[in-house]
Amino acid sequence: MTADPARLAPVLLRPRTLELLSTSIVVTLATSAGAFLLGVATAWTLTRVALPWGGVWRVAACLPLAVPSFVAAFGWMGLVPGLSGIGPLVGVLVLSTAPYVTVPTMAAFVRADQAVADAAVSLGRSPGAAFVTATLPQVLPAALAGTLLVALYALSDFGAPALLRVDTLTTGIYAQFAGGFDRSLSAAMALVLAGLAVACVVAEGALRRRSPRHARGRVVDAARRHLGPFATAAVTAALATVTVASVVVPPAALAARLPRADRYVSGVDDLAVATATTLALGVTAAGVTVVAALPIAWLAARRRGRFVAVLEAITSVGHAIPGLVVALALVSLTVAVAPGAYQGPTALIAAYVVLFLPKAVGSARSAVAAVRPDLEDAALSLGDPPPRVFARVTLPLAAPGVLAGGVLVWAAVMKELPATLLLRPIGVDTLATELWRATSVGAYGAAALPALLLILVGLVPALAVARGIRSIGEDSR
Amino acid sequence: MPRITAVTGALALALVSALALSSCSGAAPSPADADAAQERTLTVYSGRDEELVAPLIEQFEESSGIDVEVRYAGSTELAAQILEEGERTPAQVFLSQDSGSLGALDAAGLLATLPTGITSAVPAEYTSTDGSWVGLTGRARVIAYDSQSYTAEEIPADVWELTKPEWNGKVAVAPSNASFQAFVTAMRVAEGEDRASEWVEAMVANGVQRYAKNGEILEAVNTGAVPLGLINHYYWARSEQDPTTLRAQLKFGEPGSVSALVNVTGAGILAGSSESSAAREFVEFLVSTPAQEYFATETFEYPLVDGVAAPAGVPALDELGGVDIDLAQLSSVQQTVDLLTATGLL
Repeated sequence: MTADPARLAPVLLRPRTLELLSTSIVVTLATSAGAFLLGVATAWTLTRVALPWGGVWRVAACLPLAVPSFVAAFGWMGLVPGLSGIGPLVGVLVLSTAPYVTVPTMAAFVRADQAVADAAVSLGRSPGAAFVTATLPQVLPAALAGTLLVALYALSDFGAPALLRVDTLTTGIYAQFAGGFDRSLSAAMALVLAGLAVACVVAEGALRRRSPRHARGRVVDAARRHLGPFATAAVTAALATVTVASVVVPPAALAARLPRADRYVSGVDDLAVATATTLALGVTAAGVTVVAALPIAWLAARRRGRFVAVLEAITSVGHAIPGLVVALALVSLTVAVAPGAYQGPTALIAAYVVLFLPKAVGSARSAVAAVRPDLEDAALSLGDPPPRVFARVTLPLAAPGVLAGGVLVWAAVMKELPATLLLRPIGVDTLATELWRATSVGAYGAAALPALLLILVGLVPALAVARGIRSIGEDSR
Repeated sequence: MPRITAVTGALALALVSALALSSCSGAAPSPADADAAQERTLTVYSGRDEELVAPLIEQFEESSGIDVEVRYAGSTELAAQILEEGERTPAQVFLSQDSGSLGALDAAGLLATLPTGITSAVPAEYTSTDGSWVGLTGRARVIAYDSQSYTAEEIPADVWELTKPEWNGKVAVAPSNASFQAFVTAMRVAEGEDRASEWVEAMVANGVQRYAKNGEILEAVNTGAVPLGLINHYYWARSEQDPTTLRAQLKFGEPGSVSALVNVTGAGILAGSSESSAAREFVEFLVSTPAQEYFATETFEYPLVDGVAAPAGVPALDELGGVDIDLAQLSSVQQTVDLLTATGLL
């Protein structure tokens, strides 16, 4: 890509770019704040309050992972024709991304030491003040790590803003990319987007450093609070509303469109192959990503320093660059360096790794950090070399967290659209590309089927996460 | 830890399936390697939607015995990808949604000259001037309108009327879509840069609504979310439902004006495959009567070859009286993108 600065400057500094930039910032801040509040509130409710059908709600809290934001937007548009704008976009994004906060925060609530808050209450603090001063700081690092994922998701999402007609930097880059032959303009705008992503990563890092790094408490049997019948009903109703809005309405609205499809419906064979491809690509990419994330996570957890901070920031930025831009870079790179790999599965998997590495790193970092360093020291003092210590001590203890990251990557890969469109080998279709091609010809009824299947395959990783959560629920009982 | 074992098993399974996947897809062969033994295979880049052309390509595979691999994406996107790939492109034939993308590849010297037998099948006004690509079907620009709020008489046949205050905030366009850009390019070619720029600026000032795709615009008009939208005629004609009962109805542009632009889809053979008989057979097939009939009845586009009946439910091609410009000139898409960028529509 060649860029002529004299051509780029007017594009980057024009009012339209500033408009896109400010919309991106507003959407990202609002989504992050909303997902943080909803996620922390849900996590607290599910770990600290005695509720009827507690297990059901814990599973329900993970299910939005199965609903891609563009499918949620598509479903809601079916219910409310003409739905568009920043408000609905933020609503859809908050509902789709809240599990990124809820899941790690629930784990942190279980690890958090309730005794400190209890002591504060016994000394006369109100329960609310005790929560904010004693409990919240303990879960904040986990909640912030999740919120960072939410922010990066909101910043780089393409499908939901495009459907709900909110022009952000990402859709602006796509418009520049799809329209012209001069890719330097979209690349320059992508740099602005990457800059915003770096700002998010830095902000999260700064906030996290101000919080305690290791939860100090042992897992104490935090008694679940019994609320009065009125409050219990209100909390249950709130949880039910969120569940209906995030995981019931979209598939129901899509299913309602199915009878309208009599043209352009994909064949059963095509859909079956696309489903198998979606699953295989998702799990493979997740496996490779987890392996790539481990060394970075270990460095980030154990060897904090400027170099590691930069390394971590670089891996996070990959997430904020739209899939399309990563794919385009890989097209140039593979054609130049490894033409044999071009349009093969390797380049596609590489794109997924670049895009979703931060999910795996974030989760693995907290898991490695939670392993007590003195166990590693003990193994070292017994003469084991560091790689062996990592393999025999650190990894087994951190495994659940590392795998949880892999499951998040799995869910994300299956929903990815733009990079898949550009880099998939010829003849390879995923459910997301099947959905895309149906909406391209305006066949909204026909698009409902791949969309529903996409939700269905997404249930597999979502339920895997829910299973992890259920064990959290049982641990804390 | 049963949870971990299950996930490990799933990972192993996936690696095996990925290997299977990679062995059956593999790396795309470059045309340079295509020797006589591979002559019965063909790689096509299609800027036309899979839903619309895949059945036609299957017909060709059956009748010719040639195995066709197709990569589907947007026309401009694929043209840009071929420009990026250069001579190493695996593409042998490029099937484009508009003449502009073909013109851009021609300008970069990436298209082979087609045999005159192919290019002469189509009237000169709907094909390239230098034989680098051939027009396949015609597609008319139209205004889709909400028939519950307006009658056809109330809808302007001239796009300049849409800059008036009464249409403030009521018109939808798809600025990143190739057919909208081809339309603005046609306006630049027919009426000059200044007039085109003036129209786009006036539309932006008049609160034009941006959508990502033509299909979304039709859906929005059909649900009453926006009263008017600029699209191509076939989105309406090939709707999932019976188009005549749709809430969205069509207004065709004033004959002879740029509002009545008829753009074409087309096909070209990549320079590296100029000797490929499979590529030639495929393009010949696309301008044959069965293929042209398929386009008229299945995708509701205007066939360009003489003697093939026009699609049902829309005015005949010669009644439209599209603007008189050389479609090869529509390749100056980049200048249009620059204009749309400068005016802030993109």
